[in-house]
Amino acid sequence: MKFNLALRNLLIVLFGALVLSACSTTKKGDLSGDVYTGTETIEYLAKGVPDRVFFATNKSSLTTAARDTLRKQATWLRKNKDISVTVEGHADERGTREYNLALGERRANAAKDYLMTYGISGKRISVISYGKEKPVNPASNPLAWSQNRRSVSVKAN
Amino acid sequence: MKKIIILFLYIILSFSKAQALIKVDITRGNLDPLPVAISPLHVDGKSEKFSLFEVNKLGSEISKIIEQNIKSTGLFNPLNKDAFVQKPDIAHLKPRFEDWRLIKAQALVTGKLLIKDDKLKVEFRLWDLTAAKEMLALSFTTTPNNWRRVAHIISDKIYERLTGEGGYFDTRIIYVSETGPKDQRVKKLALMDQDGYNIKYLTLGNELVLTPRFNPTNQLVTYMSYFKNLPRVYLLDIETGIQEIVGNFPGMTFAPRFSPDGKKIIMSFAKDGNSDIYSMDIETRIVEQITKHPSIDTSPSYSPDGKYVAFNSDRSGLQQIYVMRSDGTGVKRITHGKGIYGTPVWSPRGDLIAFTKVRKGRFYIGVMRSDGSGERLLTENFYQEAPSWSPNGRVLIFYRETKSDKTGKGFSAKLWSIDITGYNERRVKTETDASDPSWSSLLSK
Repeated sequence: MKFNLALRNLLIVLFGALVLSACSTTKKGDLSGDVYTGTETIEYLAKGVPDRVFFATNKSSLTTAARDTLRKQATWLRKNKDISVTVEGHADERGTREYNLALGERRANAAKDYLMTYGISGKRISVISYGKEKPVNPASNPLAWSQNRRSVSVKAN
Repeated sequence: MKKIIILFLYIILSFSKAQALIKVDITRGNLDPLPVAISPLHVDGKSEKFSLFEVNKLGSEISKIIEQNIKSTGLFNPLNKDAFVQKPDIAHLKPRFEDWRLIKAQALVTGKLLIKDDKLKVEFRLWDLTAAKEMLALSFTTTPNNWRRVAHIISDKIYERLTGEGGYFDTRIIYVSETGPKDQRVKKLALMDQDGYNIKYLTLGNELVLTPRFNPTNQLVTYMSYFKNLPRVYLLDIETGIQEIVGNFPGMTFAPRFSPDGKKIIMSFAKDGNSDIYSMDIETRIVEQITKHPSIDTSPSYSPDGKYVAFNSDRSGLQQIYVMRSDGTGVKRITHGKGIYGTPVWSPRGDLIAFTKVRKGRFYIGVMRSDGSGERLLTENFYQEAPSWSPNGRVLIFYRETKSDKTGKGFSAKLWSIDITGYNERRVKTETDASDPSWSSLLSK
């Protein structure tokens, strides 16, 4: 009996640990540092061309994944010379409104500059910042904030 | 607003500066508010009909507004009218001081009103019950529709006489009204009296609008709009409804504020991802670049003498507050504490700068001296920012947002105010959710 009870407790502990680790893997899978690495909110400009890149808190530097996405966008834009895009820059809700407007602008321009270094004319890329005004995920938690710190390339024509 | 309503302050019955015993110290939090009896105003039997409600009620309605105003300061305790010992008309002539003292009142407000020839005539007196003296007596004539303003002006006079500071009740708040779910907010410019009445919506909600601010005479508002998806600073004339873009900038302009003389608008302009501070003279349209730095410089605010500008910049890596001369020279960082600092706003008295601070995921509204010393955090919350000063520099209004759950529910944006003593934190009621409040100066100076 005693042994059985101990075994049952062990099983409960093991099961609990399994559930916990499952949770933490999904979270780790979606965030690297505090940059979103998942695919949940992403839309596609064309097959295999994601429309958005994600940023760390208060940062506008492009991660390796962001550069990879932007290179795909550049390739697609080179093939579709008649298309122009608007890059929308966004911030999470955890900053002051005015600073976030500036931060969104900086993020959108970081994406624009990168597209330009891959040969896309600046004339085909306009930028607009929405600061914290247009969250894609309305929740107040670190995952939502990471999905909202983004710049999104949108077809403008 | 259309017709400038002039309040004739035409009979000053008396203004006794003789030393009164009662005086309220507002430099500290007041845990023992002064008991005040505010008698309903006596309505003269010869009064004409009033368009909004029965004229006999006007006297008590005005006294209720006065009561709410002075109670909201946390400095006064208006006593229950059930205990009042004299009829309004008799008390107004000369109160029986000893009887009013029995109900523990230390000051008494009495008054009477008359509507005649479509004019509202109001007279009021403030009595020092301890010294058994009249402290103040004033009379106004205005249009009857202005009755709430009359109550606010009387409240200001009482506040001024008892505290020695300027009042702030005859004022308005311009703010952004918010409706709809968090990820699809509809925002409109809205204007209301300081106590939440007389709400007017100035835009329809078709485009996103942000950060409205009054000019010193309260006739113009500068704000940011995404009209035609071009985020720009606008100038709006509240009386005519005419609006125009400020300047001819090729990119986003934001974070506008007037200079204290009302002649300039200072704001940020974002170019190639970098935001610097610019000013534009409203009359000559001359634009001046004030900061030139590859960092984000924004949220500029002039000192009341116009000689300095406080702003926030991330030139050190994170957002901090800086002060410079208004021509952009002599830039000096004034915040060195842990955390990030933003939205500096210079007090109309010039002595303090209010700010938002973010530390360890919490948001604070605080004040510090203009050299950055003497930092005092007044309130902590999940999210709050954008303080704006009452015209007497004693109260801050700001907005607070609540946390939302996974579906975005639970989110709200509300206006709050707090005394710079750190006491008397209270909700400022609005019809809808609200953000970005800006307090006007006194409407009648």
